[in-house]
Amino acid sequence: MVVATAAPILALATGLTLFGLRGSISYFYTPAQARSAHVSAGQAIQLGGLVSPGSVVKGDDGAVRFVVADRLASDPVVFRGDLPDLFREGQGVVAMGAFDRAGVFVATTILAKHDERYMPRELTRALKAQGEWRGGGAAASYGAARAAP
Amino acid sequence: MITEFGSFALVLALCLSMAQAGLSFVGRARRDVILTGAAEGAALAAFVCVAAGSVALIHAFVTSDFSVLNVAENSHTEKPLIYKIAGAWGSHEGSILLWCFALTAYGCAAALARGLPWDLKALTVGTQGALGTLFIGYMVLASNPLLRLASPPVEGRSLNPLLQDPALAAHPPFLYAGYVGLSVVFSLAVAALIEGRVDSAWARWVRPWTLAAWSLLTVGITLGSFWAYYELGWGGWWFWDPVENASLMPWLMATALLHSAVVTEKRGALAAWTVFLAIAAFTLSMLGAFLVRSGVLTSVHAFAVDPRRGILLLAILAAASGSAFALFAWRAPLLKDQSAFAPISRESALVLNNIILAAVATTVLAGTLWPLILEAFGRQGGVGAPYYNLVVGVLMAVAFVILPAGPLLAWKRADALAVLRRLSLAAGIALAAGLIVFSLASPRRAVAAMQVAAGVWLVAGAVEEAAGRLRAFRVPLAESGRRLRGLPRGAWGMTLAHLGLGLFVMGAAFESAWRVEGAAVISPGSGLDLGAYRLTLLSVDDRAGPNYDAERGVIRVVDKNGSLVCDATPERRTYDTGGQTTSKVALCPKGLDDVYIVLGERRAVAGGGSAWLVRAFWNPWVRLLFVGPILMALGGALSLSDRRMRIADGRRSVAPTAALAPAE
Repeated sequence: MVVATAAPILALATGLTLFGLRGSISYFYTPAQARSAHVSAGQAIQLGGLVSPGSVVKGDDGAVRFVVADRLASDPVVFRGDLPDLFREGQGVVAMGAFDRAGVFVATTILAKHDERYMPRELTRALKAQGEWRGGGAAASYGAARAAP
Repeated sequence: MITEFGSFALVLALCLSMAQAGLSFVGRARRDVILTGAAEGAALAAFVCVAAGSVALIHAFVTSDFSVLNVAENSHTEKPLIYKIAGAWGSHEGSILLWCFALTAYGCAAALARGLPWDLKALTVGTQGALGTLFIGYMVLASNPLLRLASPPVEGRSLNPLLQDPALAAHPPFLYAGYVGLSVVFSLAVAALIEGRVDSAWARWVRPWTLAAWSLLTVGITLGSFWAYYELGWGGWWFWDPVENASLMPWLMATALLHSAVVTEKRGALAAWTVFLAIAAFTLSMLGAFLVRSGVLTSVHAFAVDPRRGILLLAILAAASGSAFALFAWRAPLLKDQSAFAPISRESALVLNNIILAAVATTVLAGTLWPLILEAFGRQGGVGAPYYNLVVGVLMAVAFVILPAGPLLAWKRADALAVLRRLSLAAGIALAAGLIVFSLASPRRAVAAMQVAAGVWLVAGAVEEAAGRLRAFRVPLAESGRRLRGLPRGAWGMTLAHLGLGLFVMGAAFESAWRVEGAAVISPGSGLDLGAYRLTLLSVDDRAGPNYDAERGVIRVVDKNGSLVCDATPERRTYDTGGQTTSKVALCPKGLDDVYIVLGERRAVAGGGSAWLVRAFWNPWVRLLFVGPILMALGGALSLSDRRMRIADGRRSVAPTAALAPAE
């Protein structure tokens, strides 16, 4: 009896999980990786890299525009929200969001370095692989900010 | 000196916990009441010792003793007193101490409890001691909160300003009291498995502990959510972040346990399942502590993270839960249900509730751990909110549809038609509410209208159930009033909790579908439009706080008729230590809605003068999101005050026993 009740619910749960996962897994890419993986517009990803010095432009509509770069490529990013406190030019950042059709990355969440030693794990690893990382281990925490949903 | 005394007390607590475990198990095996009595004394003493250690740490924080590493890293002389105290649990070490404090407090409470069969009690106290040994051992050996510094700094590094907030000062104690409250249920389950006996007396013990832990956990999660809502300045209240999911999963399991324990108590059924849930609930609590404290998953709320020690927490989790589940696999076949029930019965409804809640917890777990699964395949990434909204939304929708019927169904075999007839009015109201919202609210949103209908259905169902119990409108008012006072509080607690859930669902639907956002760079005198409201920046002045400097904006909010709603005063604070800036959001309540205003950074304007980035949200019905869960927790507390929950009374007819397997 219990099994008869449980089976459809579990089937529904499994189906939904698989369907939901297919649509909303967001992979981590640096700009160069995103290019070689041909990430399409609208696909939710995490874009990680260094904020290019001099690229940050704060608009009057509350949007912030900047460029995220790794050693091989770079992408323009727009974020409508308050930046995390320790967002700095020349430092690491992970942006969650998707590219629009014009190739601008529209970020919904920004994770930025919070102290001298820390970067989100994904970024550390990707930059290490490119030979660009020159830092120590992990530490306390980092700042985050999110745009209005 | 007090610090050294505290350190010593913590080491003593470790020894006492070991004694508590050892004496209990040996005492139970030899049927020696003196040994188990000594174990109860050890449980008491262990609590006193951990409390002494906690007092020593708080003392170090209050007196700003920077020769203690923890204080130097998380406190500052200029910090207000309340945040000096709250700083004691703001760090990794401090939070583990809080965990141990709660663990030994519950161990002590279990040792002092009366009315439980002595063998079951001995094993419960013993298991609690074993858990204490693991966690206090971790604290003493790897995470000592009272470690001294050889050369103390003159000033401390202060607590992260985001954490200097009243809601967040209270959030960890409630959350941990909830998390760790489930340890007692875990211990009771382990004890029952060793004894091979799960009966309604056992379930009657499980219920109050689960209720207490569940209510505290509900308050803790709500405080955390409210904090995220107004402190982070993002306008949202739930982000499906790993740290948030970590608290939701044990809550879901505890909710399932709450309902299955009723079946085990009243009907002697679902014994093995209830035991399984009891173990799973605390396992998810421990998993939550590991996920939050290890930083293994990237989170927007990563505070006090330490990856190296995180692995030790994982080892503790594996040891405790691994052995409990192994015990379950070995002993569970002994637990046999003695009563059967028909497909249409309250038991069936509760089974359905349990399956759905467990499925939701599992899907949330899958999503939360997905980054680790991807990593195993050499990819990096995560799962976003759409996944959770879809999976949790659909599964919970099924639960919401059947929920109002549950309390109306009779045990064992119920008359479905009669229940449907009773609920027809509630269904009609819900349908009408959904249609009205669908046709009137703009922009038009079908899914949100259905969510509103679901919320109204839950509320109307709860009211119908309560009215039926009072026989409202069918007997004189005085008679109904008498029934209101006379009927058991447990039932009213349930009604209140279901009502709170309905309000929460309505709030969530409105807030996520019809929130309005606006942002503009404005100088004093100008303003921006936000839905039906007009916001005008009147002035911005400087203000000095105890440990920060702030720019405070005065923003006048008027509605479309031009009448004043409020003068909001959002702040942008720059903390003296570390120079971190935070936003102090201004909340302007209007009925159930909030006008939510964030003062952003200053910009220079061409031709002199300054302007500020102002970001604002109109969050319709958002208050229900916090009122609903508080009602749920109050419902839990009300049930807990029911005389039937106090086992010491024991004046109840004996319900059928689930299984009477041999003890050894």
